[in-house]
Amino acid sequence: MKQKDIGIVKTEYFTFAEPGHELKLDSGESLCPVTIAYETYGLLNKDKTNAILVAHALSGDAHAAGFHEGDKDPGWWNDLIGPSKALDSEKYFVICSNVIGGCKGSTGPSSIDPKTGKPYALSFPVITIADMVRAQKRLIDHLGIKKLLCVIGGSMGGMQALQWVAAYPNHIQCAIPVATALKHSPQQIAFDEVGRQAVMADPAWNNGNYYGGEKPERGLAVARMIGHITYMSDKSMEEKFSRRLKVKSRSFKFAADFEVEGYLRYRGDDFVKRFDANSYLYITKAMDYFDLSCDKLIAKDKHIDVRFLVIAFKSDWLYPSYQSQDIVRQLKVRGADATYCQINSTYGHDAFLLEVDEETHLIKHFLDKTFCGYDVTREYEI
Amino acid sequence: MRSNRLRPDHKFIVGIVEPGSRVLDLGCGNGELMFALARGKKAKVQGVELDESAIHKCVAKGLSVFHGDIDSGLSDYQDKSFDYVILNQSLQQIRRVDTVLTDALRVGKKVIVGFPNFAYLSARLRLFFKGKAPVTPSLPYTWHSTPNLHFLSISDFLEYCRKNKINIGQRVFLNGNRRINVLPNLLANIGIFLISK
Repeated sequence: MKQKDIGIVKTEYFTFAEPGHELKLDSGESLCPVTIAYETYGLLNKDKTNAILVAHALSGDAHAAGFHEGDKDPGWWNDLIGPSKALDSEKYFVICSNVIGGCKGSTGPSSIDPKTGKPYALSFPVITIADMVRAQKRLIDHLGIKKLLCVIGGSMGGMQALQWVAAYPNHIQCAIPVATALKHSPQQIAFDEVGRQAVMADPAWNNGNYYGGEKPERGLAVARMIGHITYMSDKSMEEKFSRRLKVKSRSFKFAADFEVEGYLRYRGDDFVKRFDANSYLYITKAMDYFDLSCDKLIAKDKHIDVRFLVIAFKSDWLYPSYQSQDIVRQLKVRGADATYCQINSTYGHDAFLLEVDEETHLIKHFLDKTFCGYDVTREYEI
Repeated sequence: MRSNRLRPDHKFIVGIVEPGSRVLDLGCGNGELMFALARGKKAKVQGVELDESAIHKCVAKGLSVFHGDIDSGLSDYQDKSFDYVILNQSLQQIRRVDTVLTDALRVGKKVIVGFPNFAYLSARLRLFFKGKAPVTPSLPYTWHSTPNLHFLSISDFLEYCRKNKINIGQRVFLNGNRRINVLPNLLANIGIFLISK
């Protein structure tokens, strides 16, 4: 049975931190003003207790579900957000916002610096995951929501969910970090650095000053190709491409002979059309700086009332499940109410976008219990 | 299908757990016992289970559970984190029994252990007369497909506790729905013990 979708949606904008009320950042610098692009699905209830914040990953945006007028593809997590889906828009008020530092409507390096009238480029301050969450908190305040029912996200979105716990434990009821980590390992930082170097090695990058001219498309495309390799698993690549040729026979040139080559080139070329190279640098840096290990998620001897659902995927080697178990270990020590599931998937890191049925089952029931109260009193169906 | 009827071993365990306790159920399966404890005793329950589909069933009941094996993960907890640690029908499937029991007795103020009695009469008869590994209602697996790694009797467990200076509180011996009061090592197919250090 085909599920219903949300239908046509529109991105909205919220601007704050006007002069005199700058947004203070971890780096010591500040931003003024700040615009956040966001979308909402469903209706906020009278008590404002049904709001869920969806946090996106590296290349995501505020458009998580439904369709933009004239588009044929829905938002990036449309499989999980909508009527009767995991994040049921008939029951919950779902919010998704573009991170600051991004390039999809929120203030980032490609935005105009009001001081100069030109794009910030590298004069944009280096931001952190905590800064992104600070800005989200302002949006949530603006929407009149005192306590979020849930913050959920995969990959970098999961980092934001964890950061919400660390920064605003009294303002969320539950967190669902998916395929994420308390901190990047050297391997994860290394992949990010190779991506950044690819961008910066492109002569068109021009120290970040490329707005209005030729963009560093080759560099950004290579960065994205590396990224895509890390999002798949050996097995999923074998299943998707094997050694199949795109063409009838080998070209004996450096053309894209193999399907996998064609796929990566297509992904790279497609990405540069929709993403800003400087944003790629800023956002990957923010992920590398993120570190909630060593009691920074929940302070020592502190008890918090946040419930957790931690999800990992077996074949995810970019964010291996031991990193999710590290999160769980912190939660255990602090006596937090937590559930952890490693879904048996072959999709690699991409699984958080693809394992819809398993995620839906876990998230739906978990949210239902959080929303309806803490007592296990209802009869259950087997 | 609605599930209200409690298994006899679950009934006994629910009976001995104090209301409002913090409980860790190691090898919690589909979460039936945890559900009964949460509902009947308002216990704050946490499960550990290896099987993914069982995890999904626990979550559907609104229960909190960690996906993982019992052998790992207990060491993370501080001393006396729980009022009860439960090892019901899972003790015989654990690789390192000594380590897990020691850790369970550290992490929990009390530990509830339930296991199938290998020295149960029909198991003995099958072994003695047929010369075959026992297959009984409480030991339903054939030798080649059993998840059980250890085959212990009620007497074995009593001896283990004595040697390791583990105190035994309440105990119950079951044969199906019936409680066994005489010759439990011969007539009971399940033994459940409340132990502490």
